[in-house]
Amino acid sequence: MSGFVTIDGIKVPIEGEKNVLALCRKANIDVPTFCYHSKLSTYGACRLCLVEINGKDIDASCVVPPKDGMSVRTSTAKIRSMRRMNLELLLANHKQDCPTCERSASCKLRDLSAKMGIRDVRFKRLRAERPKDSGSVALVRDPNKCILCGDCVRYCAEIQGVGAIDFAGRGSDVMVSPAFGKSLGEVDCVNCGQCAAVCPTAAIVPRSPADAVWKALEDPETVVVAQIAPAVRVAIGERFGMAPGENAAGKIATALRMLGFDKVYDTAFGADLTVVEESGELAGRLASGEKLPLFTSCCPAWVKYAEQFFPELLPSLSSCMSPQAMVGSIVREDAARAAAAAVAAGGAERVGKRVVVVSVMPCVAKKYEVSRPELSRDGGPLVDFSLTTAELASMIEEAGLRFAALPAGSMDMPFGFATGAGMVFGDAGGVAEAVARYVGAPVSPLNGRALEFVDEIPGGGIRSATLRLGDRELTVLSVQGLANAKLVARGVLDGSRRADVVEVMACPGGCVGGAGQPIDPDGSAVAERKRGMRDADGARELRTTGDNPFVPKFYAEVLGGEPGGHRAHELLHTGYSSKKRIQDTRISLVRGGEAQKVAVRVCVGTSCFLRGSQAVLRDVLASVEKAGLQDYVDVSATFCSEKCDKGPTVHVGSETIHKASAEAVMALITPKVGALAAR
Amino acid sequence: MLTLSVFAEARRFEAVVAVLDRYDRDPSRLIPILQAVQDEYRYLPEEIMTYVATALDISPAKVYGVATFYGHFSLEPKGKHVIKVCDGTACHVKGSGDLVEALRAELRLEGKAKTTPDMLFTLETVSCLGACGLAPVLVVGEDVHGLVGKDEAVRLVKEIRRKEAGDGSI
Repeated sequence: MSGFVTIDGIKVPIEGEKNVLALCRKANIDVPTFCYHSKLSTYGACRLCLVEINGKDIDASCVVPPKDGMSVRTSTAKIRSMRRMNLELLLANHKQDCPTCERSASCKLRDLSAKMGIRDVRFKRLRAERPKDSGSVALVRDPNKCILCGDCVRYCAEIQGVGAIDFAGRGSDVMVSPAFGKSLGEVDCVNCGQCAAVCPTAAIVPRSPADAVWKALEDPETVVVAQIAPAVRVAIGERFGMAPGENAAGKIATALRMLGFDKVYDTAFGADLTVVEESGELAGRLASGEKLPLFTSCCPAWVKYAEQFFPELLPSLSSCMSPQAMVGSIVREDAARAAAAAVAAGGAERVGKRVVVVSVMPCVAKKYEVSRPELSRDGGPLVDFSLTTAELASMIEEAGLRFAALPAGSMDMPFGFATGAGMVFGDAGGVAEAVARYVGAPVSPLNGRALEFVDEIPGGGIRSATLRLGDRELTVLSVQGLANAKLVARGVLDGSRRADVVEVMACPGGCVGGAGQPIDPDGSAVAERKRGMRDADGARELRTTGDNPFVPKFYAEVLGGEPGGHRAHELLHTGYSSKKRIQDTRISLVRGGEAQKVAVRVCVGTSCFLRGSQAVLRDVLASVEKAGLQDYVDVSATFCSEKCDKGPTVHVGSETIHKASAEAVMALITPKVGALAAR
Repeated sequence: MLTLSVFAEARRFEAVVAVLDRYDRDPSRLIPILQAVQDEYRYLPEEIMTYVATALDISPAKVYGVATFYGHFSLEPKGKHVIKVCDGTACHVKGSGDLVEALRAELRLEGKAKTTPDMLFTLETVSCLGACGLAPVLVVGEDVHGLVGKDEAVRLVKEIRRKEAGDGSI
């Protein structure tokens, strides 16, 4: 469609815009809306973006395609009155505890109410108070604040391909809910938190551990160590009037010390360690030709997604801990060694002080990551608390620090130094870039980038680059958004997509666009933060991990010398396990009598399903019945019992049969039942 | 015998698998699939909905959303006999409220309970059944009863109880 639309008397050319709302924005008119997001499907539910079309129809501008010769008015008396009415109706059922609400300063409902001139809500609240969902370690839902714009629902389904939440119920009972009214903590939510970032109110918010962090800072018996992720420094200033992308690393170090942190480290040092370990992993896999492509494992939302939806790919995930967990791990190791040395020297001053590691992340999923049992040691987590960028900004505000005016401090050594390679981890494509630099030439002055990505799909959600390594040409993919990761994963599994390295970041833009960053209502800050991240890389003289002098020193002193060695594996690597999408889903099919029974569980998860678990189940049931063993067996269908590549999987008692057939299952059941019957 | 009814469970699950096959595992046919599942189970069990979602490659939250949108679907197990009392305008005016009260008392349903603990009866109110000339109307299973008084309603319940006690053939 080409031509012009006249908006409030201004002729505006149509240049590929899909709806009138986008055209209004181009004409510098902010038509109010809750439910319109340019990256999501249009929904037309909030009825705020009403405009008058051709002097008669009033319609939601987000769902009206522009036509040549169209005439649009955006602010007539009738439209303003209708917008006010619609807002009043939304406010009627909204829990208005604004002074104590954590989104008070960034609430779109409050903002638009003020802008639309609402001074009174004439309607009474009809909806009964609904319970909060506090069952997730990463997010808290308060349905009483939801205005049903559906932004979270569409983001989760369309960008992340998860669909952990959806509308449930009808009419006045409609609410956004995880499946079966369960908690977010019990379903397939990957904790990316983008639902909270797009929420116009506080119906979903990240769970803040700030109170626990304050308590640790106050406690004289603790040493509180902070680590700052790369993407935090280019975004936190937005909360204090600084420009998006402005690097505030020095101010963060100063602020953290003023808040009472004992040490300030850089998560990017962990990123440099990740580069070394992951490069070693890649070299090994390229040599053996196994477990390729190498999928990155820095993004905890992607890791949980893979565990739930693509367990057969888990062996291909890098076993490297994320940089956050690596720094937690080495800080604890460092503290343990220092304590041991102090005891040996007779002056045991520091012994007894508990080390508390606090990470500051652009990410909500890191809150979940710190709770993973795989990332604990001696019964405690490697990282105690994970704050988001926004939560640290709130702590700084609470302490009354004038952040923008603070002098720059520096981070503590040795874990406070990182190369440009560690820095670009915060940007989409950055992890792959950093690894490419290192495997290309570990120690060298590097100008420009090692990888030149080209878009494989419009918008760049999947990009590819070629890396020349000796006489080999490696295909490197950078994937943003888990719906795109699903496409790539399926392509890898069915052989239609070839790659050697696949970097996945759940959040569009990478970590700079993480849901823990300050609220960015129009999405314009991400590009600036990306630029800031690249500047932070470009400004460094040392741009490949091999240039970091503290890395070989650390390997020599702590990790027993070589990358990929025994100690490095203990301290820097982790494991994954397949996870069910919904907890407690087992379909009981045959329950034996009162006697002791043999438990038979047939996996009917997606992977086993495709490998014919259905037929196995049917034949086992028939055989059990035929042999008259009903009283002695419990048969149930379960979802995913891991080892999907070897499905169908059947458990008989404590034994597991892979690639099971009904005959093999019966061969195990019969003697067990015989033994039971003999008692 | 216990095992017989338990095997019926297994057959039901197989029926679900057959339903999915019949509809080609096509997510756009979720509603008829759920209807068929409900025909088997008399309600939509959570684990079966998760299974349907997995088989159709859609999210369980989406299936839950559809299941909770339509009044036809029940997420709670229903009794063997479902009594639907029409509470449309005409029936309401003709005293359907009294009918519900009398039935709740007879069935000893307390609070928000709709189903008797013995799983024999479920009592529901529905909007207009389209038989306003016969108001008040109630439906037991598939049978429509018009111009029903309180005593008549209670008698219907007692009759079902008597037949159930006599033999299981009803």
